[in-house]
Amino acid sequence: MGSCAMAVLRVPGKPESLRLIRAVVREAALSRGADAAWAHDLVLAVDEACQNVVRHGYAEAGITGDLLIEVAADAENLCVHVTDFAHPLDPATIRSRDLNDVRPGGLGVYLMRTLTDECVWEAPPPGAGNVLRLGKRLPPRDEKGERP
Amino acid sequence: MTVSISDRGGARVVTLSGEIDLQTSPQVREAVLDSLRQGGAVVVDMGGIVYIDSSGVASLVEGFQVARRQGAAFILAAVSPAAMRVLQLARLDKVFTFQPDVETALAGEF
Repeated sequence: MGSCAMAVLRVPGKPESLRLIRAVVREAALSRGADAAWAHDLVLAVDEACQNVVRHGYAEAGITGDLLIEVAADAENLCVHVTDFAHPLDPATIRSRDLNDVRPGGLGVYLMRTLTDECVWEAPPPGAGNVLRLGKRLPPRDEKGERP
Repeated sequence: MTVSISDRGGARVVTLSGEIDLQTSPQVREAVLDSLRQGGAVVVDMGGIVYIDSSGVASLVEGFQVARRQGAAFILAAVSPAAMRVLQLARLDKVFTFQPDVETALAGEF
């Protein structure tokens, strides 16, 4: 079975868009048989990716732009592409911080990487700034073919 | 998300409900820091929180740090499994003081 598109959402890259993004990703996960905890983890990873764009890509850079969210699935995985139209960044410079240092902020990239099986910046198409692919393996199916 | 603040049992109680995200976390930060300005113990009632992201966690960490500098108690009460999952991922479950509910938090020594 190949990958099939489940949802495409293009919204302004603003804090008030995040709730709608979370709702779409959550419903996509649940519709593939994931449970609430699995869905929560993917939703949080996508939310962190989007808020990084809103905060750092747009607000701190003094520009505005959209977020394009594309959700796709194959038999075993759910994949979310987050495309922004901010200035391109160098993925090699994106690092998680040391969690032993208790301070506000800096958790987003750590959560994105911890909560997914794939967290990869892809080459953006012309006109886009950055494309992040977040992939997560769906829970295994039981003998009835359902996900417990 | 809703935020309310009350004085109970010698502490200030910040009651939160709904989703804490990039849009709503500034309200949480303001409520927590305002409550800490009176210098006493602060209990954050998180029983109604169904979602928290890293910006919400950052607001709580900031409150924890201010309270520690002041020598004041800063207690998270009634943390839902979803919120605790995020705090555990951030390895903050050994940093914050937790109580199962507000009443238990208020019954403790500040």
